[in-house]
Amino acid sequence: MAACTKGLDRFGLSLRFLRTQQLQHERFLSTSLSRLSPVDTTEPPKFTPPPRPVIIDKTQDAASQRRFLSPEFIPPRQRTEPLKFAIERIDMIRRRKVLNIPEFYVGSILAVTMADPNASGKINRFVGICIQRGGKGLGATFVLRNIIDNQGVEICYELYSPRIQKIEVLKLEKRLDDNLMYLRDALPEYSTVDPDMKPVPLPTTGEVPVNKTKVKMRPKPWSKRWERPKFKIQGILFDLCLTPRRMEHAQKWAQPWLEYDMLKEYDTTKLEEEILSEVEREMSK
Amino acid sequence: MALPRLTRSLTGLLLETSSVIHHRAFSVSVVTAAIQKMTRVRVVDNSSLGNTPYHRPPRVIHVYTKNGVGKVGDKVLLAIKGQKKKALIVGHKMPGDRMNPRFDSNNVVLIEDNGNPTGTRIKVPIPTHLRKMEGDYSKVLAIASSFV
Repeated sequence: MAACTKGLDRFGLSLRFLRTQQLQHERFLSTSLSRLSPVDTTEPPKFTPPPRPVIIDKTQDAASQRRFLSPEFIPPRQRTEPLKFAIERIDMIRRRKVLNIPEFYVGSILAVTMADPNASGKINRFVGICIQRGGKGLGATFVLRNIIDNQGVEICYELYSPRIQKIEVLKLEKRLDDNLMYLRDALPEYSTVDPDMKPVPLPTTGEVPVNKTKVKMRPKPWSKRWERPKFKIQGILFDLCLTPRRMEHAQKWAQPWLEYDMLKEYDTTKLEEEILSEVEREMSK
Repeated sequence: MALPRLTRSLTGLLLETSSVIHHRAFSVSVVTAAIQKMTRVRVVDNSSLGNTPYHRPPRVIHVYTKNGVGKVGDKVLLAIKGQKKKALIVGHKMPGDRMNPRFDSNNVVLIEDNGNPTGTRIKVPIPTHLRKMEGDYSKVLAIASSFV
């Protein structure tokens, strides 16, 4: 046992010695030839160079492999002439060929660069969390919210406005709700986004991740009674701010029969498929 | 068994409600979106008049516009600390045009009667479309720290 440890010791010492020698050698002769010269016999002589690093740019440029149709392409359910929506779709595709409008959802963090004749440098960049998407066709909008200098700021952007120069998705995710207007009444930490945020690498395939955070609210009064059933809010911790009795009281306004109203059904799956294939065909032209 | 739990939950509830009451400001209602008469506003410059605490929030008592609703760039008359003072609106809760910012509070900057700002610094971002408006806002824009 002792002999073994001694032998090991010696081996280690010799190794260290060799290493220092090799280091010195390298320092004195910095040409690459020095590596080829036979230095020793005990050390494994073969140098395997590390594999060349493959730099993968995991930012915006990686095109999403998901088939995605932006919700403003789906016409609303009404009696307007469908030709109007077809013409608007042509214009939207023409705009999309010039400006890259990425896939994003309510809850994603976006950065929008906008031409602003009043701003310094004629360019205005705003980073925020998307709290609402609205409008159909060319008038589609989305609202970004952020807190700058302890002041909540919201900007409603028109998606197809010629003033918009660039839309970047910094973090692609969904939230539990389709409308995050309740962030106005939530604690400020839930709508604060760092304006110099680096883009988080996006998953190009598979499902979009859902951020399941539930927010804490400021004490009442709120801008709306978010506990009412018509909002169907999932992302608020109601038990922190409301008593069970008040939660029960809010259920008085529930209209559970509405979901069985067949006149209000609007199944868009077929329409969506048609429009998606049309958009893909036109975009690839 | 059940009694201590009940009392604990009751005390917790009482504590919670008391904290809610403690956090609540003097006013119980939400601030109006539009700036009109009797709207409570927030003074965002560093003037001593707007920053010393007072038991009554500053209120708009007159809006110098034709329709009585103040927007960014309009002048208002405030009742602040028991005196009358003119102010300039630099942000409001009411949504304006698309692509223009909407703020979470009604922000004003105190100005003298001749249009010069009372404070020397504005703490919050100022909407850039204040620049293109007619009127002499150059001194207010000069003391702004950031634009949005």
